[in-house]
Amino acid sequence: MSQFLQSIFAGVTVGATYALAALGFSIIYNASGVINFAQGEFIMLGGMIAAFLAALGAPLALAVACAVIAAAAIGLIVAKTAIEPARGAEVTTLIIITIGVSMVLRGGVEVTMGKGGHALPPFSGDKPIVLAGATILPQSLWVVATTLVVVAALALFFERTRLGKGILATAHNRLAAQLVGVDTRRILSVSFALSAALGAIGGILIAPIANTSYDAGVMLGLKGFVAATIGGLGSGLGAVAGGVALGLLESLTAGYLSSAYKDAAAFVIVLVILLVRPSGMFGAASSSRV
Amino acid sequence: MLRVENLTKSFGGVAAVSQVSFDVPEGAIHAVIGPNGAGKTTLFNLITGVYAPSSGSIRLRGEEVAGLAPESLARRGVSRTFQNLQLSMNLSAIENVMIGAHLRLNSSLLAGMARWPGLAARDRAAREEAAALLAFVGCGAYVGAEARSMPYGALKRLEIARALAAEPKLLFLDEPAAGLNHTETQEIEGLIGELGRRGVTIVLVEHDMKLVMNVSQHVIVLDYGKKLAEGTPDEVRRNPEVIAAYLGAESAGA
Amino acid sequence: MTEAAPRTPLVSSRASRAVWAPTLLFAAALVVLPLLLPNAYYLDVAIRIAINATLAIALNLLIGYTGQISLGHAAFFGLSAYGSAILVGEFNWPPSAALLASAALVGALAYVVARVILRLEGHYLAMATLGLGVIASIALTNEVGLTGGPDGMSVPDFSILGLRVVGEKAWYWVFAATLVAAIVLAGNLVDSPAGRALRALHGSQTAARAVGVDASAFKTRVFVLSATAAAVMGSLYGHYEGFVTPGLAAFPKSVQLVTMVVVGGMASIWGSVLGAAMLSLAPELLARFEGFETIAFGAILVATMIFLPRGIAPSLSAWLQRKGS
Repeated sequence: MSQFLQSIFAGVTVGATYALAALGFSIIYNASGVINFAQGEFIMLGGMIAAFLAALGAPLALAVACAVIAAAAIGLIVAKTAIEPARGAEVTTLIIITIGVSMVLRGGVEVTMGKGGHALPPFSGDKPIVLAGATILPQSLWVVATTLVVVAALALFFERTRLGKGILATAHNRLAAQLVGVDTRRILSVSFALSAALGAIGGILIAPIANTSYDAGVMLGLKGFVAATIGGLGSGLGAVAGGVALGLLESLTAGYLSSAYKDAAAFVIVLVILLVRPSGMFGAASSSRV
Repeated sequence: MLRVENLTKSFGGVAAVSQVSFDVPEGAIHAVIGPNGAGKTTLFNLITGVYAPSSGSIRLRGEEVAGLAPESLARRGVSRTFQNLQLSMNLSAIENVMIGAHLRLNSSLLAGMARWPGLAARDRAAREEAAALLAFVGCGAYVGAEARSMPYGALKRLEIARALAAEPKLLFLDEPAAGLNHTETQEIEGLIGELGRRGVTIVLVEHDMKLVMNVSQHVIVLDYGKKLAEGTPDEVRRNPEVIAAYLGAESAGA
Repeated sequence: MTEAAPRTPLVSSRASRAVWAPTLLFAAALVVLPLLLPNAYYLDVAIRIAINATLAIALNLLIGYTGQISLGHAAFFGLSAYGSAILVGEFNWPPSAALLASAALVGALAYVVARVILRLEGHYLAMATLGLGVIASIALTNEVGLTGGPDGMSVPDFSILGLRVVGEKAWYWVFAATLVAAIVLAGNLVDSPAGRALRALHGSQTAARAVGVDASAFKTRVFVLSATAAAVMGSLYGHYEGFVTPGLAAFPKSVQLVTMVVVGGMASIWGSVLGAAMLSLAPELLARFEGFETIAFGAILVATMIFLPRGIAPSLSAWLQRKGS
């Protein structure tokens, strides 16, 4: 029983990171139809920049805040220099562009911070808490709690603020949104900045638990994409549900089946979903008129 | 040629087409008319295999074909054009017509790669036939053009040329005159008439009443997915229920 | 109707002979090339370009011409490389038989995969192919007993009819021949009714089906063709390199192949050759930037896709056409 609980705790923790990554994918996808293959690098940047600043001696809170802001700024730059000029290009072209962006970001980190692993100190110590026979790191609680707060804040943002509603409107119908005065180009920049910040937060939260390095983003990004697909690309609720579901399934696979194939679990699941219900748990099924 | 019986198609509780029945004899030119949303294109999509019916039967020369895929219907001599142009804009004009002849050419991948003898010659002949068809529909000027450089009116006629390249026995034209000006519509009228003279069975959906009246021998009127009336163009034009459906109940008496 | 049909035939026999010229010139260049290269290292580079170009052409048939997506194509390359390695190394099969069997097995796998996933489209299809590719490379990494795990396994030399193929010089001819074969076969296919059906599917699947093109059959066939070609190249590569690692089937390799196709030019055979050449040479040329190679590579990728979205070859030929008119 305690092993089961252990797997659950681990699964929810990593699932929160996937949820934030998946949210990032969904927001960008909604705003522009682009699948951002550089999303994983945003996650990595969060952890790396925070670790870098903390190692320089900055207090943790400051390092974290700077990392998130820096990531958001980088997201903005990416949107303006790489994505906006390519508006209207084919899907495959946009995929290659985001892959190119991911290489630039990864290479940039490799050059400035080296290839080695980096760690952030845990936010409130690393003495494990024992709960019902299973141990849980305090950092895991930080991960889950912060993610919940972030998701709630996002929901409020999309439902209550003009900017948030503008993003949703653009996602539903770009032309209609433009006609009612939504600045769709600003929406694109905002979406990238927001998604980068979300990814960075996820990366920072998980950095104390799992060492981060310049190439940590690749797998994380792919799994975030998987989580978004499972939950339904474009759906915020789906992103969170998909992320947590993926984290749990992965953790249970590692615990009960084979830890070597843990990474494969994500992709087996996504294949099953794609064949059974491609629009995912909460996505809208689409149809076209002939 | 074509017998449709009690054809019904529902999309989640809404019946787009409901209990529609009619016959189309070989060589005839029939028209399907009705207000917007009456179910005309859905009817076409049902008969040409784009949708599978919820119930009812579709018989093509006696054979039950309801629910077959579009490819299978093409093999049985059915050809069509689309209301919202469906063309391969990445191809040239003449290639778009040539693809209509797909079933009459050797389309094996291996034969293509190996440049099987006779394939090239047969392809050249298909190209000549396609050029002739382009001229026949009035697009002769575009024989060397890319599809994406052609104006809308020409693209509509390109689709007809493609449909003809399949040498169909039964041709469905979905709003062939939509978006065309007066002169272009008259050319379409002449084209349809000529096809009828050559023995092709034609069913068309159209909003342009003058075209419908001039060209068709028999008209079927749909409203809210049901068959409202059918008969010769004159009969239908004078039918009070048809007038009411188009213009509102008050005008029926006028 | 309005105008009479033009009387000139549409494809003169002189024109069709002109189509062969570039290929013959290219083949001649390939024959001369080894004489110009100073040593085996350069031959190795040329060989890698040839392999990548062949792979890119095969992939282009699927994504450029037919409009499908595959983010997991390296899996076919890697799986067959391992297949040959295992059949020859562990079971002592003759290498040529192992090549045929391995490629056939991978082709059969591709067939099963295609039947299942090709009904998906767009980013769903992209995700599915990506997932399959990652699963394949994870399997290769983890099945240590069979595959030697993350460190890979060695591959015995290739021999056919008693003749051992060893060394860059010998392998150069093998890979030059496969490249020319790929160019010729792909070129034939594109001009044939089958090729037209594939391209028509890319433009409008609805329209193609309405004229009788069996969409799912055609997509499956081109997928299997493309995968089998990659498999053959994989087996040959394993013998050439003498060693196989799971990285051959991994996502970065799949991305590299897609990049070659897209940057070189979608639906352009010569574009794939160009893309392969450029992207294989780039790491060599960028090595001078020491550590900045990844940044430079990524930046070049982004810039090319923004300014030449259709790829280099089509943009080049469009530019030349404009100059001419």
